[in-house]
Amino acid sequence: MTDAARNVSTIKGEPRAHKSVHELLESPDFKRLVSKRWSVSLVMLLLLFVSYYGYILLVGLSPATLAQKIGDVTTLGIPLGIASILAAWVLTAVYVVWANRSYDPEVERLKGQLKS
Amino acid sequence: MLSPGAVMQFLLTQTQAPAASAAQETSLGHPTAPAIGFFFLIVAVTLVITYWAAKRTKTSKEFYAAGRSVSAIQNGFALAGDYMSAASFLGISGMVALKGYDGMIYATGWLVGWPALMFLIAEPLRNLGKFTFADVVAFRLRQRPVRIAAAIGGVLTVLTYTIAQMVGAGSLIKLMFGLHYEYAEIIVGAVMLAYVLFGGMIATSWVQIIKAVLLLFGVSLMMILVLSRFGFSPGNLYEAVAAKYGQKALEPGGLVTNPVEAVSLGLALMFGLLGLPHILMRFYTVPDAKAARKSVLYATGFIGYFYIIIPIVGFGASVLVGRDFITKIDKGGNMASPLVAELLAGTPFLGFIAAVAFATILAVVAGLTLAGASAYSHDIYVNVIKKGHATEEEQVKAAKIATVVFGLFAVLLGILFKGQNVAYMVGLTFAVACSANFPALLLSIIWKRMTTWGAVASILVGTFTSIGMIVLSQTVWVDVLKNPAPIFPFKNPAIFSMTAAFLAGWLVSLATPEAEAQDKFEDEKLRTYLGVGAE
Repeated sequence: MTDAARNVSTIKGEPRAHKSVHELLESPDFKRLVSKRWSVSLVMLLLLFVSYYGYILLVGLSPATLAQKIGDVTTLGIPLGIASILAAWVLTAVYVVWANRSYDPEVERLKGQLKS
Repeated sequence: MLSPGAVMQFLLTQTQAPAASAAQETSLGHPTAPAIGFFFLIVAVTLVITYWAAKRTKTSKEFYAAGRSVSAIQNGFALAGDYMSAASFLGISGMVALKGYDGMIYATGWLVGWPALMFLIAEPLRNLGKFTFADVVAFRLRQRPVRIAAAIGGVLTVLTYTIAQMVGAGSLIKLMFGLHYEYAEIIVGAVMLAYVLFGGMIATSWVQIIKAVLLLFGVSLMMILVLSRFGFSPGNLYEAVAAKYGQKALEPGGLVTNPVEAVSLGLALMFGLLGLPHILMRFYTVPDAKAARKSVLYATGFIGYFYIIIPIVGFGASVLVGRDFITKIDKGGNMASPLVAELLAGTPFLGFIAAVAFATILAVVAGLTLAGASAYSHDIYVNVIKKGHATEEEQVKAAKIATVVFGLFAVLLGILFKGQNVAYMVGLTFAVACSANFPALLLSIIWKRMTTWGAVASILVGTFTSIGMIVLSQTVWVDVLKNPAPIFPFKNPAIFSMTAAFLAGWLVSLATPEAEAQDKFEDEKLRTYLGVGAE
């Protein structure tokens, strides 16, 4: 069977192929998925580093900044500490939203291309 | 100096206790009816659950992974429960009570591992493994050497953490209920063994879930009651703190001074989580990678909430109970939370909090025992000794025997280390986890050229550098072994030992290329990223 014959006729120009494992692994779509996943992860990790280590280095190198008052007695450090914790959660949530909206549908689509 | 060891040391340390005000009293330290009542209630409920779980625990999949029947939110609670230990709860609120803002700084570090876990390994871990993290490390490599190395790293991590928990448990129970240390150890050992032996992962998961809910509820209630005394305004609370102890209670104190030390600790907390076997094991209890991902989100939410509200309880304790009285009851400040609970809502609430703290200990030690047992029964017995061919009965039987052995060890070591300053053990746990387990795990997932000997080298180098550096550091060499000066200048070796482990993995892999492993890497991608063929 030729490669052309192996591919089912296309719909809207999109090859709805029944791919072998090897073909799927080699396909640009799959490679793009993997590289996208790691780019997103690394960017998020970097943001996490900045939010946490930024806070810690601020504490270590410039404690006076955190000691500044923003209320009658409340120091800047208090909301910043809380923000640091919240940032960690927000980053996690952003990743999940991305994964649900963008990663999972693509995974399902690619799995659908596999020869059963 | 900022380190888990320093904090626990601070909490368990002998300091001058100032004279307490004559009018204050507490029922802490004496068994009271509410405390005993709640304690028995919690143990009874958890044992009923164990009985129910036991009827559902026949196969290895059920024993190790709860039959993969845990939902995302349930696992979120279980993960949070496993992570929010009694030391966290009592220790951090105590630290905020006695030291103010420094306690808040310390609290922030505990959450940051969870996003990292999500971004780097949660989904691949679930897709590639079956019951333990060693499954993933050894996935395309030669089983025997990798399994043995991973078991060493895993067991050491679990063991150090278990000792810290068991010793902490004994002291806490003695403080709260007035029980003898040894009896406390035996009770903890017996009850948690019941959970694991008869109910496996199903029971331990549900015990964790219940405990997490109770803990979050209890701490939330404390926060609300504290704020109610200050017109529900945190600003008023902080004003009261400043009025009583000065503005510096709201400013960074001496906790974070050395940037290298601080970054090293941060690395250990962040990446150590990714190497804790008892946490990683929980990822196999959910059906698939998507559920694993969701459960991390839930867990991060619960844990983040916990660490945000704990300082309010701590500050409330410092104002309402007073630092003097807190240190009179326990020099380390561990009793700040129970004391403020008693003040806010009387002995019943104190009893509830004490029982929840006890449940916390039981649940965590149960999880650790399961993880420790599985390192032998699943990684060594099934995969090395039996080369992957063990019947269900053999697997479950091995798991149960390993559980009993590990449980007995836990009790014995707890008794052996009585009175020792085991604060460094928590630091050790995270340092070993981030150096021995995490690098090999990550490299195995993402790097094509990772080889068997690379993995082994990474784990062994990570293990021995982290342990060696901690032994030679202030916390062990000077404080425990009584030498004049530390040989290794930092309390946290993470930045060095983790780097060394990555380097070792990289160099040794390049020096010992394994064509088979490289071929499998490509094929494995289908499973890693799409979940095809995941168990």
